Amino acid sequence: MTFLLNVVQHNSYADSVALMRLSDKISGSPGVKEAAIMIGTPANKEILATANLLGGDGQSAGPGDIILAVRAVDQNTANRVIAGWESELNKKAEGLSATEIWRPKTIRGAFEQQSDASMAIISVPGPFAIAEARKALTRNLNVLIFSDNVAIDEERAIKEEAKSRDLIVMGPDCGTAIIQGKMLGFANSVPNGKIGIVGASGTGIQEVSCLLAHMGHGISHAIGVGGRDLTEQVGGISTLTAIDLLEKDPQTDHVIIISKPPSEKVCSKILSKIERSSKTFTVCFLGSPLLQLSSNARQATTLELAALLAANQEIKPINSVSKNTGAAKRILGLYAGGTLAAEAQIILIDHGFSVTSNAPVPGALPIGSGNLQHTIIDLGADEYTQGRPHPMIEPSVRSAPFLKACDDPTVGAILCDIVIGNGAHANPAGLLISLLSDLDHPPIFVSVTGTNQDPQGRDSQMKLLESAGCTVASSNAEAARMAISSILPA
Amino acid sequence: MKKNQKTPHLLDTPLSVINVGLESFSEDLKSQNVATLHIDWSPPAGGDPVLGDLLSKLGA
Amino acid sequence: MEEIGKVIDQANEQALGVLLSGEPVLVDVVLAADVIDGLKEKIILHAGPPIKWNKMCGPMRGAICGIAVFEEWASNLNEAEKLASQGSLEFAPNHQFGCVGPMTGMTTSSQPLIVVENQHYGNRAYCTINEGLGKVMRFGGNDQTVLERLSWIKNELAPLLGQALRRAGGIKLKPLIARGLTMGDEMHQRNVACSSLLLRELAPHMAAVAPETETLARAYSFIASNDQFFLNIAMAAGKALTDPAYGIKGSSMVTAMSRNGTDFGIRVSSTGDRWFTAPVEMPQGLYFPGYSESDANPDMGDSAIVETIGLGGFAMGAAPAVAGFVGAGAASQAGLYTKNMAEITLGENKSWTIPAMDYLGVPTGIDIRRVVEANISPTINTGIAHKEPGIGQVGAGVAKAPMACFQKALRAFAEQMGVK
Repeated sequence: MTFLLNVVQHNSYADSVALMRLSDKISGSPGVKEAAIMIGTPANKEILATANLLGGDGQSAGPGDIILAVRAVDQNTANRVIAGWESELNKKAEGLSATEIWRPKTIRGAFEQQSDASMAIISVPGPFAIAEARKALTRNLNVLIFSDNVAIDEERAIKEEAKSRDLIVMGPDCGTAIIQGKMLGFANSVPNGKIGIVGASGTGIQEVSCLLAHMGHGISHAIGVGGRDLTEQVGGISTLTAIDLLEKDPQTDHVIIISKPPSEKVCSKILSKIERSSKTFTVCFLGSPLLQLSSNARQATTLELAALLAANQEIKPINSVSKNTGAAKRILGLYAGGTLAAEAQIILIDHGFSVTSNAPVPGALPIGSGNLQHTIIDLGADEYTQGRPHPMIEPSVRSAPFLKACDDPTVGAILCDIVIGNGAHANPAGLLISLLSDLDHPPIFVSVTGTNQDPQGRDSQMKLLESAGCTVASSNAEAARMAISSILPA
Repeated sequence: MKKNQKTPHLLDTPLSVINVGLESFSEDLKSQNVATLHIDWSPPAGGDPVLGDLLSKLGA
Repeated sequence: MEEIGKVIDQANEQALGVLLSGEPVLVDVVLAADVIDGLKEKIILHAGPPIKWNKMCGPMRGAICGIAVFEEWASNLNEAEKLASQGSLEFAPNHQFGCVGPMTGMTTSSQPLIVVENQHYGNRAYCTINEGLGKVMRFGGNDQTVLERLSWIKNELAPLLGQALRRAGGIKLKPLIARGLTMGDEMHQRNVACSSLLLRELAPHMAAVAPETETLARAYSFIASNDQFFLNIAMAAGKALTDPAYGIKGSSMVTAMSRNGTDFGIRVSSTGDRWFTAPVEMPQGLYFPGYSESDANPDMGDSAIVETIGLGGFAMGAAPAVAGFVGAGAASQAGLYTKNMAEITLGENKSWTIPAMDYLGVPTGIDIRRVVEANISPTINTGIAHKEPGIGQVGAGVAKAPMACFQKALRAFAEQMGVK
């Protein structure tokens, strides 16, 4: 026993598709056998009749009317359905509903829409990054490749291609740039100024630019070139282009170059370019031996020194820390920033410590067996980031090794970096100290790379760390020195 | 193929970015008032490496 | 590698140019036997790529039996079925003989065919006259009413239309379609504007040549009551526009998309007549009361030729009402579908523009490379037939061309270009 109800809305028009959608919605409802809303044309009435939905009222409807037809288990249900429809039909169009913004699916599609595009920023999985970069270069765009896990020969090829087009590829594995005052990737809010940076690593750029900011000096541009740019195989192509760009930039007076030590050939190419330049340079090749520099350049062995030299600060003797006289326990560094890890290693080596690392600088050893190894881990290295987010984005990657370190009786001091700024975690200090509650742990030495203009706020991050019992240093280098002090016998 | 007629100067030409990958980069740029267009990217050829390779050789 | 890229780009530019420069004109209605060589006894042309009897879907079989009786190759449907299953009937795609047909797409020697001539290149394409809605042969209908209607179309309507068209000197279809686009048509699911514009142009000529008023009244009534009358003409125009683009070496542009209810086939300019096929997909859409997805026939018809020339699903931005069938968004989202199709096409057609999208030309010239690369399949707006023969249309929706067709085509194209 079912109940058929037809209601006719006279002199009504609505699009047949809209009507179908309305009836489609109702059809599956409980108690509804069959339902339809149709314009009262003869053809539609035939359809309704075949579906056993046409009653007397509907029969009399004309093409200028809308028929609401429902067959339900009882009259109440039928009435309810009709009432629901009527309110829908009488609702005024509320304007656009959930306007979806057009999103292109390809670089080609994007370029059609934004043909004044000047740069592509690529952060897709490594195996696809170069193909995308090539599509950007062929359209005359500069490229920043954030992705890592890219084959080195492909890096070389894409940089050759960029060079032939008078363009630059920043990356792969370029996490940081500051171009025309805009922060790209992970970068900090630093003042505008006259010092340019060419950096083969993000955190190196971040630490140096922030230390300069603390000293009241600003950045013109910071150009990232990717971690492997200065290797023999890649040949320093992007670094050389970057130096040329800063050379011609009227805003820039001084250029800092930050990298791991380049290959010999690349190094001499860079030094000759520096020699021919009219600007002054600070060369910071972390772990490099003493270089023969032209008179317009000075060498910095740490990021801290690079900032001091560039700022033309007097190099006051840094708080003297004794050399290693035999520490009872070891220092364990857990770093999200690769260059900060490198700087920590250099400071330890300078103070006579034997250091191991998964990303060893010259003079450090790969991680081996042996107990009393001072170890600095770069948690952002490839072997940790395959298929996982970088610790800068997801600091919880550090949590497990951190807890393990706190539990390790051989560890006398833990060294950490907290990097804030654009793109970084919203509260990395908070995350770290949440691990520490009710935990016995060795002394923790940490620095905060950032400024007070960053969203996280450097001062407040430092306060959080101090409140949890961490020792907060003014720079990464200082943190390393403090860690050393703490494990040396008094 | 449509391309930029003038070679953009990294430090001079006003920044106008096409973002391919992490959406958070796009948001960061927009909050700095950089003209940014984010792509709804997915691996070419659905990730099929053989087809992807063919495509790159066919000038796609 | 860059060399091959340039060769392909140049070939594609040429192919797209051929497509865009065509001038389709509706010139006549003729008897199939008079214009198509090879349409001898017991050959039935059907929609889609080649298919054997035992693989055909219900509606296709129903239509074949019906047309065999219409042609008097069998005296009833049972006999017709025997002929078919015994292999006494020959089947071939419409496309192979310069024709297209909607849904089952039956074309045989005694059928009247509308003629669209591409006056820029001189080639002609043919399609049957749209029978109307409901129980018709294109949905597999084959009973007396269906055959009687076909007889009436052949004996009364076709001659009248043919004379009227000749008297009019042909009707230019490019501007007519352009107008239709501004009026909410996309020429696949929605043809009411173009059907009306066509009747408006034809009516005076029909009136001038009709033998008497009853014939004229029947003809007017038939055309006026069929919102989809223009579909077949749009399809023939599509065929007429794409045929000259066949065989341009190095071009990755799609020249045909078609389905037979079992397989979906595409053709690509560089590889000529070769079909690249894969199983059809089920349309996704909305159903008339009393019907649901379980009643639906898989995707069928040569009508995807309309998408091949940038209309139908590609012109969704001109027909927001149709966007509702996609089920995913409001009418205001229609333009997104057109923009999506722009990702996979070689260019836009400035003769056919969409006012609501700031007069964007419909995205035209599907590039198989871009389809595979972006993993975006052409969106085809389509009617949904009942899977049982002879019941008719049960809904309308969107079907996607299977990605496998394009992947196969890409591999064949690469091989032809000497790329491994």
